[in-house]
Amino acid sequence: MDLFVSALVTGVGLGSMYGLLALGFYVTYAVSNTVNFAQGSTMMLGAVMGFTFGVTLGLPWIVAILAALAVCVAWGVIVEAIGVRPFAARGSDLWLMATVALGLILENVVLFTFGKDPRGMPASALSAEAFSAGGLRVSVLQVTIPVVGLLIAVALHLATRYTRTGKSMLAIVQNPDAARLMGIDVRKAIVGAYAVSGLFAGIAGLLIAPLFTVSSSMGTLFGIKAFAVAILGGIGNPWGVMVAGLMYGSAESLITAAFGSTYTQIVTFGLVIVALALRPDGLFGRAGVKKV
Amino acid sequence: MVIARKARTAGRGALAVAAGLLLATSALAADPIKIGLVAALSGPSAQSGEAITQGLTIAIDEINAQGGVLGRPLALVKRDDESSPPKGATAARELIYDEKVAAIFGGLDTPVSLAIVPIANKEHVPYMGVWAAGTPITRNGAKENYAFRVSAVDVMVDEALLKYAQKHGAKKPGLILINNPWGESNEKGLREEAQKLGITLAGVEKFEDRDVDVTPQLTRLKNAGADALILVANAAPGAQMMKSRERMGWKVPVISHWGVSGGRFPELAGPTAGDVVFVQTYSFFGDQKPAGKKVLAELAKKYSVKGPEGVISPVGVADAYDAMHLLALAIKKAGSTKGDAIRTALHQIDEYPGLIKTYHKPFSAQNQDALGPDDYIFVRYEGTKIVPVH
Repeated sequence: MDLFVSALVTGVGLGSMYGLLALGFYVTYAVSNTVNFAQGSTMMLGAVMGFTFGVTLGLPWIVAILAALAVCVAWGVIVEAIGVRPFAARGSDLWLMATVALGLILENVVLFTFGKDPRGMPASALSAEAFSAGGLRVSVLQVTIPVVGLLIAVALHLATRYTRTGKSMLAIVQNPDAARLMGIDVRKAIVGAYAVSGLFAGIAGLLIAPLFTVSSSMGTLFGIKAFAVAILGGIGNPWGVMVAGLMYGSAESLITAAFGSTYTQIVTFGLVIVALALRPDGLFGRAGVKKV
Repeated sequence: MVIARKARTAGRGALAVAAGLLLATSALAADPIKIGLVAALSGPSAQSGEAITQGLTIAIDEINAQGGVLGRPLALVKRDDESSPPKGATAARELIYDEKVAAIFGGLDTPVSLAIVPIANKEHVPYMGVWAAGTPITRNGAKENYAFRVSAVDVMVDEALLKYAQKHGAKKPGLILINNPWGESNEKGLREEAQKLGITLAGVEKFEDRDVDVTPQLTRLKNAGADALILVANAAPGAQMMKSRERMGWKVPVISHWGVSGGRFPELAGPTAGDVVFVQTYSFFGDQKPAGKKVLAELAKKYSVKGPEGVISPVGVADAYDAMHLLALAIKKAGSTKGDAIRTALHQIDEYPGLIKTYHKPFSAQNQDALGPDDYIFVRYEGTKIVPVH
């Protein structure tokens, strides 16, 4: 019993990280039907910048965090400007490859500047024990991650329903040309979405860094899993994305607990494929209606 | 434009010829015996290459100060393999064909060593491993085997790890291994040794290089009654394992292969880094015999190493130092720098008082590994220092 309680606690922690990262896919997809495939690299950038500003340069933490997030936002805007817009404007799908390429370039630049040696974020008040469940100590940070993720999901949900900006976003999704004619600045909205997406990835990176090791390749596998989560959740629904993240993380650690680690990746990704075969629009997505 | 480029090329050519002539004349004058080194001199394992270089250089300077070998000085020729097997193989060929080295020393990476060994065997050039522990490096099945080693060997480390666990009261150790070929080869070794020693394993769990949380694996081992953990992983994943163990509040002893000593383990693992006991071939801490004092003094003089805590990788320095002396002894015995003569002479070395131990018949045709399980010592981190465990 202990085994499953502790696996569930672990799974929720991991799952909310995937969910948080996957929300970054959601925001850009909602506005432009494009995503930054290398979202994992942006997450890594957040962690690396946090370490550089906070540990290497020794800036006060609040400054380091804001600076790292600013870099991630800027990177999101850059990705949109050179990796997405030139291709999307011509109706091409090559942004797919371009964003992957930009992610690889970023990883290699970090490899040469930050170094190949993985680094460890020092323990802070966030690593203190919050409570224990199933014999497992849960740190403040591990509680913070799901809370932040769920708050962002709620905020996104409310924003698209009740704010002017949110509604204009929905208008853009439905019909960009009509939205433009109605006086909505489509380009600005898309750039904004990429900036927010960079911000989410940066937050994820900063939250994950103390639990993990900081290195240029830390984001790759995370990015892939987060994309699986985004698709699984039905990429057009922030709630769904977050819940899918929690489900994915829990499945991952429950499978490890039940069958051993050898089968984890095989079974979890297998389950994703089965789930998508049964519900092609994701677990919480609505089928898009194609109008001819 | 074209003319300008041609002129520049011609100029460069002339320069190269001049430089070549200069090199050739100086080589003729000194006529040293060239000793090759193919190791990671850049990248995440660069420290290992630096440590091996230090050990080799100290030994070579000692030998040269006493007139060299066969009346010729020894000269070290280094090549960076960047931890890449193809780069290592290319470098080894270059050292053999162009530099005509008498022997090649190897670095930390087992895959690189495994890429070089077949070349060494084919070209009859002795290969001296001083770090990489992969069992098949020396046990490669070649009829005429030119691969020798003064370092740990995975199968023997596996034996030593289990014996240590047993000695310290573990009845049912659990294995927690990195999911890659290195982890797999140790799984095989550990299972076989456990059977020989009559030890029942609580379980075998694998984890990935990039795993954030290893709690589920550890919980399985805990529930299976593991009373010690045998760890095989490098510093970063090893640290993730230790963080999960800490979260579980599980005070189980951890006995590890030396992978954890390759990076910033204390920084990555945090407060429980010191709980890991791991294997080494040598420590510069504690009472040193004359050889140890001499090497420490040389390290201080040449590399401004301040005391034992300043030695970046004791394993690399000590293994390389002893291996270089053993090789020089063999060249002297062989009276030649021909590979097959050196190989035979290595088998004939009787006794040599080295840094790690006094070697008695270190190499034979059946066993080209100079160190065995009884030569390993156990250490742990104290802060960022590596100190012996008593």
